[in-house]
Amino acid sequence: MSGAAPPHAVASDPGVREAVAQAKAWYWQRISAMVLAACVVLHLCIMIWAVRGGLSAAEILGRTQGNVLFAAFYAVFVLACAVHVPIGLAAIAREWWRWSPAAAQWFARAVTATLLVLGLRAVWGVYAPGA
Amino acid sequence: MSQGLKVRIWRGSGDDGRFVEYEVPRQDSQTVLDVVTHVQRVLDPTLAYRFACRVGMCGSCAMTVNGQARWTCRTHVARVVGAGGLLEIAPLANLPVVKDLATDMSAFFDKWARARGRFQGTQTRRDDFARVSPDTPQRRAANAGIECIGCGVCYGSCDVVQWRPDFLGPAALNRAWTLVNDVRDTERTERLRAVAGDAGCHSCHTQGTCTERCPKGIAPTIAIAGLKRTVARAAVKGEL
Amino acid sequence: MRRNDHRAHGHPSWWAFWLHRVSGLLLALFLPLHFLVLGQALSGPASLEGFLRFTDAPLVKLAEWGLVTLLALHLTGGTRLLLIEFGRASDLRKNWIAVGIGLSVAIGLAFALALLG
Repeated sequence: MSGAAPPHAVASDPGVREAVAQAKAWYWQRISAMVLAACVVLHLCIMIWAVRGGLSAAEILGRTQGNVLFAAFYAVFVLACAVHVPIGLAAIAREWWRWSPAAAQWFARAVTATLLVLGLRAVWGVYAPGA
Repeated sequence: MSQGLKVRIWRGSGDDGRFVEYEVPRQDSQTVLDVVTHVQRVLDPTLAYRFACRVGMCGSCAMTVNGQARWTCRTHVARVVGAGGLLEIAPLANLPVVKDLATDMSAFFDKWARARGRFQGTQTRRDDFARVSPDTPQRRAANAGIECIGCGVCYGSCDVVQWRPDFLGPAALNRAWTLVNDVRDTERTERLRAVAGDAGCHSCHTQGTCTERCPKGIAPTIAIAGLKRTVARAAVKGEL
Repeated sequence: MRRNDHRAHGHPSWWAFWLHRVSGLLLALFLPLHFLVLGQALSGPASLEGFLRFTDAPLVKLAEWGLVTLLALHLTGGTRLLLIEFGRASDLRKNWIAVGIGLSVAIGLAFALALLG
């Protein structure tokens, strides 16, 4: 009769370790989601307030240059994005675009790197004292 | 009723097949199972389909009616018939088709076993009864899911099953959750390992079609959410 | 085997999933561009200012409103998911879908008013 119970899985089985890694990825995506929820609410408030009467570089930089609090907030924001976005995109790649697990994983890493580099560069760009 | 039904029924096996149209007289209080039975007995004896109790207890008659998985014995034609008396009947999705409306459910039950959807205890008949209070949150969570009869409607409705062939599916995971909450069970760690990861609970995207369609009113989505929490907690603590 | 089509998807919880996924995808595509633009400040404020003047175009303002609405939708839909997954929900919480959409529309409106004001 097919469907007999599978043999006992031990923690060191590659299958189990992979499943545990995926469970942790899920967990980190949810934790980063909670961080992002807070960041996004704040960011929306700031944007709605800042965008009144038009936006200019001088206005933005006037607020952000030399402001450690702003820089720290947006650095955390970038880090949370770098965790949250790749995991979601990898799921889309596997399920909708039918990519292999390996391709999806490389894609996720590429997205992480891109977001970290571009994001932290942007944070530095608006924080660093101007020329 | 004067107007007849135009019934398109899937005929074929494996991946080959097509819809064939039949004219079926319409009657009062007619169920979709009545329609299929009429076709097989009167119009085309080669039609293959499954049923057993025909009173909504066994789940054998599950099919796709107008694109949605249902128990055909509990689906009144009047509720689902389209304009012009149109009815479309196909086998359950996400399962190999044996013939016409009958699917091969081995994969469904194999996944049940892979999710460790069976009870494992230590007591024997010589021991006293286990005392389990019905009021604890755990027992309530288990009770919410134990009425599942394995009909396959949820499995046939789930997009993630379609997108990820390894995905254990709502029924298997729901069963695993009832056992995770069973205080008498001794296979907790094994079971959490079995339902973890992309083939397990963590691929569920809370689409909720399973919960929408379950004829027993079970919410596999919520059971799976419980598994996600429990597994992640155990994984982070290093218990897996 | 047979596959499900759109008729299997016609219920609120599924639409909430689809909206959450598509909004996330579009935001993910937008994010690197957003970072690139802000990083322009490294070349001096004039460079950033140049780009911001480009964003004065009405079509761009419309896109900005769209992005803010997508962000709000993704946030509210995601909050519903977090509550289902970590909370004690016993069903699909479809009422939260309605609340989420309502809130997103309100946020989008607030942003639009700020843009126009």
